[in-house]
Amino acid sequence: MQIPYIVEERPDTGLINSKLGIWIFLASEIMLFGGLFSAYVFLRMAAPEGDFAYWGTKLSIPMATINTLVLISSSVTVVLSWASLKMKDFEKYKMYMGVTLLCAGIFLVIKYFEYTGKFHHGIYPSSSTFMGIYFTLTGLHGLHIIGGIIVMGYMWLPIGAKLWDTDPELFTNRVETAGLYWHFVDLVWIFLFPILYLL
Amino acid sequence: MSGHDTESIQEHIKVYFTVFGALAVLTILTVGASYLDVSTTEAIFLALTIATIKASLVAGYFMHLITEKQTIIWILILTFSFFLILMFFPLITATDQTGI
Repeated sequence: MQIPYIVEERPDTGLINSKLGIWIFLASEIMLFGGLFSAYVFLRMAAPEGDFAYWGTKLSIPMATINTLVLISSSVTVVLSWASLKMKDFEKYKMYMGVTLLCAGIFLVIKYFEYTGKFHHGIYPSSSTFMGIYFTLTGLHGLHIIGGIIVMGYMWLPIGAKLWDTDPELFTNRVETAGLYWHFVDLVWIFLFPILYLL
Repeated sequence: MSGHDTESIQEHIKVYFTVFGALAVLTILTVGASYLDVSTTEAIFLALTIATIKASLVAGYFMHLITEKQTIIWILILTFSFFLILMFFPLITATDQTGI
């Protein structure tokens, strides 16, 4: 059975159901990360003076800056992949989505080096309150990156991309929905970067 | 898709590249600002202001919120209200500790 209103807009909401669905999901995600951001503020206020700033110096600003630029790049390429489908250019879609996946992979590799660098220096989540919240926030964010890779990878590989041949509009909507999720992952990082690495 | 639609998408693409440039510059600016000799409060204000501008650009242009339907805008206003309450919890606790 076909899910209703995933190609045509539903008359009462003026939206396709998948777009409304992803926005409600993102609203729940705002609350999930919001709870952790709130915990960060709470812990920082309760910590001894300068404790968070001291542990923050153990993190690599250059690595995080590169990762920020990588994620921003992936955000623009995912929206360009959707725009390519709107212009019926499937080859360009494949290229832009491929670059998005590559950026997501680079982000995880850099994160891997960051984490292992900490472990080699004997720094773990249990080392301090700051490190506890650092690993929690970046770990959860990393899981979201992996989730994005799985979904976008499916749409990039022939198994998912073949939908373009039978129902191009539905496929375009799927890419837009996945793109909205991916932009949210970028949004979270935009706030994680300054609060963990720079303050 | 009509010619007009393709033209409008091409206009969008120009905007995406402009926003990308702005985000890259603001990222470098955030890092630069963190080296300024200012108080912690000023540093937090500066960093969060730049982050909010960046987030608004992503949400407004990449996520198309500036042209999105009212249904979604209202969902987000409601969510943001709850988010603000969450962020005020630590402040309430701090008030408790001072005995007020």
